[in-house]
Amino acid sequence: MKNALISGLIALVLALPLAGLVTTPDQSLHLVLVFHPLPVAAITLGAFLAQLALGLLHRIKLPPLPMPRVAGLALWGLPVVALLPLLGGRRGLDIGLLVLTYMMLATGLNIVVGLAGLLDLGYVAFYAIGAYATALLTTAAGFGFWTALPVAGLMAAMAGLLLGIPVLRLRGDYLAIVTLGFGEIVRVVLLNWQSLTNGANGIIGVPYPRFFGLDFTRFGHDSVFRAFGLPFWPLARPVWFYLLALGLTLAANLVVARLRRAPIGRAWEALREDEIAARALGLDPVKLKLGAFASGAFFAGLAGAFFAARQGFVSPDSFTFSESALVLAIVVMGGAGRQIGVVWAAIVMIGGFELVRDFAQYRMLVFGAALIFIAVVRPGGLFALRLPSVRLRS
Amino acid sequence: MMPLLEIEDVCLRFGGVTALDRVSFAIARGKIAALIGPNGAGKTSLFNCITGFYRPTSGVVRLRDGDGTRELQLMAQTEIAAQARLARSFQNIRLFGAMSCLENLLVAQYRRHAPGALPSVLGLRRARAREMAAVERGRALLARFGLETVADDRADSLPYGAQRRLEIARALASEPVLLCLDEPAAGLNEHESAALAERLEGLRADGLSVLLIEHDMGLVMRIADQVIVLDQGRKIADGPPAQVKHDPKVIAAYLGEET
Repeated sequence: MKNALISGLIALVLALPLAGLVTTPDQSLHLVLVFHPLPVAAITLGAFLAQLALGLLHRIKLPPLPMPRVAGLALWGLPVVALLPLLGGRRGLDIGLLVLTYMMLATGLNIVVGLAGLLDLGYVAFYAIGAYATALLTTAAGFGFWTALPVAGLMAAMAGLLLGIPVLRLRGDYLAIVTLGFGEIVRVVLLNWQSLTNGANGIIGVPYPRFFGLDFTRFGHDSVFRAFGLPFWPLARPVWFYLLALGLTLAANLVVARLRRAPIGRAWEALREDEIAARALGLDPVKLKLGAFASGAFFAGLAGAFFAARQGFVSPDSFTFSESALVLAIVVMGGAGRQIGVVWAAIVMIGGFELVRDFAQYRMLVFGAALIFIAVVRPGGLFALRLPSVRLRS
Repeated sequence: MMPLLEIEDVCLRFGGVTALDRVSFAIARGKIAALIGPNGAGKTSLFNCITGFYRPTSGVVRLRDGDGTRELQLMAQTEIAAQARLARSFQNIRLFGAMSCLENLLVAQYRRHAPGALPSVLGLRRARAREMAAVERGRALLARFGLETVADDRADSLPYGAQRRLEIARALASEPVLLCLDEPAAGLNEHESAALAERLEGLRADGLSVLLIEHDMGLVMRIADQVIVLDQGRKIADGPPAQVKHDPKVIAAYLGEET
């Protein structure tokens, strides 16, 4: 109650000049200050109530979830969710692809943030590099999607190494700031390297993936439908792409889940837990951190390739800081290090918001509220419980 | 027999402060050596010079192992742990808290026994076999330190005494030629301290060499084969416990205040 009053007071002090006073020109075009009491009252009351609600939230002790059962449900629920876009027509498939793109991104970032504990705020840079590599290779160098995909991943991984080298000595806040800067640098370079990236206009004409050398055109000599004697189905192309992305994202998840249980995953976690003790056991932080940055960036590169092919178009606008923040939010909400939590967080946050497009302007508000809720009620993320990678007793 | 570890004229200065002043001694293989001295004598500084956390300003730290002689002051810290095979514990416990006890021991085996990332992600048979061997070594060590029943529990959920034991077990899991323990008995009760002494004697019986910093004089006098006394960055005595105990310089600098 006391906190709530203080919050209300602070909000009042801030809102008075910021929202309460508006300069408007009068008839003789002199600027005059006009006082608007309504927004001030609304903000003050809002802050008061929000703080009160937060206080109540703190008192809520969520019973510990029956983890094995919840995890089991979460796992078995996935195939159902994976089928939904196939029933949703063109729009459903588009949302499905977007969710998969973010799932892929979050999977990669989970290595860096969740396992190795390196706070990377510029992760979008690798996503952008993957997308631009795909766009340039397919439109200018004659690559197909399939050959461009691994190259995009590898180029992003190289960029991960490049970023990794200067930030090796940094930790915590300092690391976050430098990676944030790196993300912006990549975006600004893409924006200004006119001759290569076409600047703000972006690159158009990125092709969809083909079906074993065949295309999904209606006529054309390399048409899938002609080759198999099937009737034309306009959704065949997005369905194929969706299934493809689904397969690759599943594979990526499997790889990261296995990495966590592998010795290198434990070494990353040890580094996160106590770097000094890890060094005393001979673990080389340089190699491990570079490995985490590079493998995390690799998956971002793959996600970038999905993105470029789904949109058919890339431009620097798609790779702003808010994308980094979104992916990081997915990882944090899902429970850093827990793959299944990250998968569900991607479904809920990306898919859920896409379904309610009409409320797009409240998106960030809901988003912020959801993050605060998670931070207060389940600080470790939705699936906060860390299970050991190996067990002695079953 | 050639000594295992030789410290020669090691100096360590931080600006104008001399933490270690021409310290020299040697410790033998398969023995327990104890480093004692009043607070601020330079024990932990010397420890950090040996294990590579600090680089001595001058002097030589030489380790003679089966496969040759290494000058540790020239080596990177992670290589001192991985190649010269020195393992250490910390004065204030440093476990990987969120990880299970068994996982703590597996991390310690990373440099010597872990299969590569790719084979283990692919689940190759060879990688699985190495992993299982590592788990078995970890299990055996946990059993030896009475931690088998908590193998799958988070390391930071253990009571204090058990955390101390786990830290020693983790150091041993890296298969060291020299085990360096920084105040292993700190905070232990009499019973736990006696159990620690027994364990250390057992390790010596297995042929392991131990260097420890300790304030618990009872423990030092009971198990150490050699006691090195530091005071104000200088070595003032070095010898078997019975001899050091009666050294007037030691009594003046250190024991004299207590007895």
